[in-house]
Amino acid sequence: LELTVEQQAMAAGGKGAGAAFAMRLLEGYGRAVGAKRLIPVSAAHIDGCLHHGDVSLDFVRRFVDAGATVAVPTSLNVGSIDLIHPELFAGAEALGRDGRALMEAHLALGCAPTFSCAPYLTIFRPRFGDQIAWAESNAIVFANSVIGARTARYGDFIDLAAAITGLVPEHGLHVAENRRATLHIAFDQGAGRDLAPDELAVAAGLLTGRVAGDAVPVLTGLPANMTEDHLKALGAAAASTGQVALFHAVGLTPEAPTFDAATQGQPVERRVDASLAELRAALAALTTVPDGERLSAVCLGTPHFSISEFAALRGLLLASAQRPCVPIYVNTGRDTASELERRGWTAQLEAAGVILVVDTCTYVTSILRDLSGAVMTNSGKMALYAPGNIGARMAFGSLEACVRSAIAGEVSR
Amino acid sequence: VSAAVSGTWRVLAPGQAEGKLLILQAPLSFWGGYDALTGTIIDASHPDVGTVCAGRILAMSQTKGSSSASSVLAEAIRRGTAPAAIILGRPCGILATGALVADALYGLKCPVMVAPHWPLPRHDGSLLHVAASDAL
Repeated sequence: LELTVEQQAMAAGGKGAGAAFAMRLLEGYGRAVGAKRLIPVSAAHIDGCLHHGDVSLDFVRRFVDAGATVAVPTSLNVGSIDLIHPELFAGAEALGRDGRALMEAHLALGCAPTFSCAPYLTIFRPRFGDQIAWAESNAIVFANSVIGARTARYGDFIDLAAAITGLVPEHGLHVAENRRATLHIAFDQGAGRDLAPDELAVAAGLLTGRVAGDAVPVLTGLPANMTEDHLKALGAAAASTGQVALFHAVGLTPEAPTFDAATQGQPVERRVDASLAELRAALAALTTVPDGERLSAVCLGTPHFSISEFAALRGLLLASAQRPCVPIYVNTGRDTASELERRGWTAQLEAAGVILVVDTCTYVTSILRDLSGAVMTNSGKMALYAPGNIGARMAFGSLEACVRSAIAGEVSR
Repeated sequence: VSAAVSGTWRVLAPGQAEGKLLILQAPLSFWGGYDALTGTIIDASHPDVGTVCAGRILAMSQTKGSSSASSVLAEAIRRGTAPAAIILGRPCGILATGALVADALYGLKCPVMVAPHWPLPRHDGSLLHVAASDAL
């Protein structure tokens, strides 16, 4: 790994002790991944706001104490607390205190208080071709696949080191050749007629992650009218069952106008056909309770709900003569929550049984009061992680099925 | 680097350690798979679930899973529940970062190295001395 004169000066403390510490970490990481040089990034997204123990706060305070600030526009992932609605937190007091301190320490470094796992829905959305340092698996796969920005899979510590220096090791998906699809996943073209679009997106994502592991796949056979919300759900599921950081979907994602563009004109190493039966089986495995099981809550917005998803939810709720008899928790970012307010939708949604959760997410922290019944979601990621993280028994269904079940008070798919 | 196994070792995080070798049967994700309170493998789907790794020279072909693994390793090193050292078949920047952060914050070392060959030509349970220097 060779540093420029300017980078050497930063490593020697020319821009402060914080930047020097960050450079040491970048050098160690860069050597491990075999990078030859460090390259500039235009933005960073930090996944350091979730509390993993004292080390989380000790690490950030090292930079705060050194007077360091981020060198590039930097957004923050979810934390352990909803700072806008702190009364929603139902966890231990010490975790609440440390979780809040961790979020505030990041603000002291100049990070923006987005506290969202969907920074692509905020003003921090990158543009095609931008080199960025993003953490959070769903954000990484969205930035690379749906936007065509370039980030490797960054995570705790190294994301903040990149933000402080504005540099990353040149490796992985920062490099054009490494973005070539080496695996072709062909979905049964009939699947779009039999599954709701949000169900199909999750099913395709679950299978993509399982088949691809950490390879770059090119997907064919998906309906041409898949929206950005669907691609978000697909990527989040694929990054949960595998380590997918980039997928190409022919005709749907910017680096895949054609199959050949996605493979950079080279043959793929493997082709896998995914049938409707396999898609259905992947979805069925997310539900661990029988139909008719009593519901405690519905959870939506994992990753954070977009304004168009809120529009669909609002439409379903306003069209129903009956009010849901269980709470519908919806995780979203502050920007989207402000837009709801501006449109006059917040009061309407709350009157219809919606509890808005911002800054955090219902599967990473203690928000749900009642877990005695099942929890239903239209998110593959929530269905996969909630049983281990918060001990919920999960049911999966389309947005329409989630609303119908909330009204019935039981799982109705 | 000398661990009584010849060949070119790569040092991802420096340090010295001694302990009994523990060769995992499958890749492990530290986040969700390793309990930093007890130093035990807690991933129910892992063949070595329930094994205590604290103080052992932990060896695995490769890592897997979440990039929050760096936090879990660093927290385990802080608590004294981490492996004494980690030997990998393939390099991993995430674990290297966790070990480098614990060293910088607490002066506690957990050397992380990439072995010249995989599988390791040593038996599970054999005593190893690891001296991984920073010179690359």
